[in-house]
Amino acid sequence: MSTQVREKQPLWRQLFTSQIGKKLLTGLTGLGLTLFVIVHMAGNLSYFAGNEAYNAYAHKLLSLGPLLYIAELGLLAFFVFHIVLGVNIYLGKRKAREQGYKRYKTAGGQSKQSLSSRSMIVTGVILGVFLVLHLVSFKFGAYYEAAESIDGKPVRDLARLLNEKFQSPLYAFGYSGVMVLLALHLRHGIWSAFQSLGATNPRLTPLIYTLGALVGLLIAVGFFILPLWIFFTGGNA
Amino acid sequence: MTIYLNVWRQEGPDKPGRFETYTVPDVSPDMSFLEMFDVLNEQLTLEGKEPVEFDHDCREGICGSCNMVINGQAHGPNARTATCQLHMRSFKDGDTLFVEPWRASAFPVIKDLVVDRDAFDRIMEAGGYVSVNTGNAPDANSIPIDKVAADSAMDYAACIGCGACVAACPNASASLFVGAKLAHLSLLPQGQPERNRRVVNMVHQMKEEGFGDCSNHAECEAVCPKGISIAGIAAMRRDYVKAMLAAD
Ligand code: HEM
Ligand code: FES
Repeated sequence: MSTQVREKQPLWRQLFTSQIGKKLLTGLTGLGLTLFVIVHMAGNLSYFAGNEAYNAYAHKLLSLGPLLYIAELGLLAFFVFHIVLGVNIYLGKRKAREQGYKRYKTAGGQSKQSLSSRSMIVTGVILGVFLVLHLVSFKFGAYYEAAESIDGKPVRDLARLLNEKFQSPLYAFGYSGVMVLLALHLRHGIWSAFQSLGATNPRLTPLIYTLGALVGLLIAVGFFILPLWIFFTGGNA
Repeated sequence: MTIYLNVWRQEGPDKPGRFETYTVPDVSPDMSFLEMFDVLNEQLTLEGKEPVEFDHDCREGICGSCNMVINGQAHGPNARTATCQLHMRSFKDGDTLFVEPWRASAFPVIKDLVVDRDAFDRIMEAGGYVSVNTGNAPDANSIPIDKVAADSAMDYAACIGCGACVAACPNASASLFVGAKLAHLSLLPQGQPERNRRVVNMVHQMKEEGFGDCSNHAECEAVCPKGISIAGIAAMRRDYVKAMLAAD
C-alpha cells in the first residue's frame, strides 16, 4: 500500500546526477564565480589609483603564497564543475527534444526566456575560452620588474603589461566585447542561480531578476572601463 | 473567416512526418479551435482522405488532452487557455497557422497531433499520491489547515497534466508538472508522511523518462493553461535538499 521505497542513492550521486542536484551545483558554482568576478573587478579598479597601487595590490595577492594556491585550486574546481554541468545540461536538452518545432515562439508574460537565457551555453563557452587566453596573456604573460620594491622583495610590473596590451584595439575591444557577453550570461544567470537553490518566491523573483541583471551589467562595466580607458587615453604614465 | 492550416501529419510512431496544407473556409469566429478541426475533418472525410488525429475529451479546459502547438505556442496565443477553450476570434481572417504536436523525446508521437504522455503517469506512480486507508470521511475541521496553505495547494492541484510545460520548455523539462504535483501534497498534512520519499522518487522518475533539465526559462509558467507558478519548482528543490540530507 505504501510508496515503494527505492534504494536510496548515496548523497554524491544525488548531487551530481539528479536533475535537482545538478541545478544546485550549477547555481552554487555560478554564484561562487560571480563573487569571484566581483572581487577581481574591484581589484582591477585599483589601477585608477596609479600603477604603484595596482602593482602593490597584485603583489599582496601573490605574497599570500599557499593561501593563494588553495584559493586558485578552489576556483579551478568551481570552473570545472560549472562548465561540465553546463555542457551536460545543454547536451541533455538536445536529447530531450530530438525533433524540434517548425515554429517556436515564447509566450511572453511570465516567461523569462530571453536572448540571455537561450544563449547561456554560447556565452559560457566563449567565457571559458576567454579565460584561458586571458591567463596566458596576463598571469602567465611577460614578466616585467617594477622600479619599486616592497619589503625589499622585487615587484612584478603588471601595470606596464596592462598599459602595453590594451594599446591594441584587438585586446581593448575584444576584452570589452567578452565582458558584454558576461553581462548577458549573468542577466539570466544570477536570478537562475537563486531559483536553482530554491531561494525565490513570486514576490521576490522580480526583485532578484532586476538586481541580478543590474549586478551583471555593473560587473561588465567595471571590467571594461579599464581596457577602454587605457586604449583611449594611453593609460597611466 | 478563412484559415490556412499547416498540420503535422504522421502515420505512426516510427513513420516520418510532414506538414500538410489545408484551407478551411467559412470558419465562424465563435468556433473553438477544436471545432475548427472538426470542420476540417469532416471536409477531409468527404474528400475520402484520412482525418487529422487529435486528442480531446472534456472540451472545457479540465482534462488536459487537447494538446496542440499553434504557431509555435503550446495551446496557442492566449494566456491560461487550453486549446479547447481557444476561440477562432483570437485569429484573423486569412491567417496561416502551423499546428504541431508536443515535441519531446519523452512524449513520442502516436499519430498526427496525438502524443503518448504515459511518462507523466509513470511519474505519478512513482509517488504522486498519499497512502491512506479509505474509510469514513474524517470529520470536517478535525484536521486544521491554514487557509493560505489550502488555497496554495489548490492552485497547484489545478494542474491538468496536459504537458504544455514540457512542450514549451526549450529543454523539454517536466519540472513544472512534477513541482506542482509535489507542492500540492506537501502543503497539506496528508502529504507529510511520505514527503521525503515522494520528492526523491518522482524527481528520479522524471529523469528516467528522458525529460531535460530545467534552465529556469520560466516558459512553462507562461504557457500553463492553469497559470501554475514556478514557485512550485523552487519548492521542489528545497524539498529535495531536505530529503537528500534526511537520515531515512
Ligand atoms: C567559463 C565558462 C562558462 C561556461 C561554459 C558556463 C556555462 C553555463 C551554462 C550552460 C549555464 C546554464 C545552465 C543551465 O542551463 O541551467 C550557466 C549558468 C550560470 N553561469 Fe555560467 N558558464 C561559464 C562561466 C561562468 C562565469 C564566469 C560565471 C560568473 C561570473 C557564471 C555564472 C553562471 C550563473 C550564476 C549561472 C546560473 C546557474 C543556474 O541556473 O543554476 N558562469 N553557465
Ligand atoms: S479537451 Fe479537455 S482540456 Fe481541452
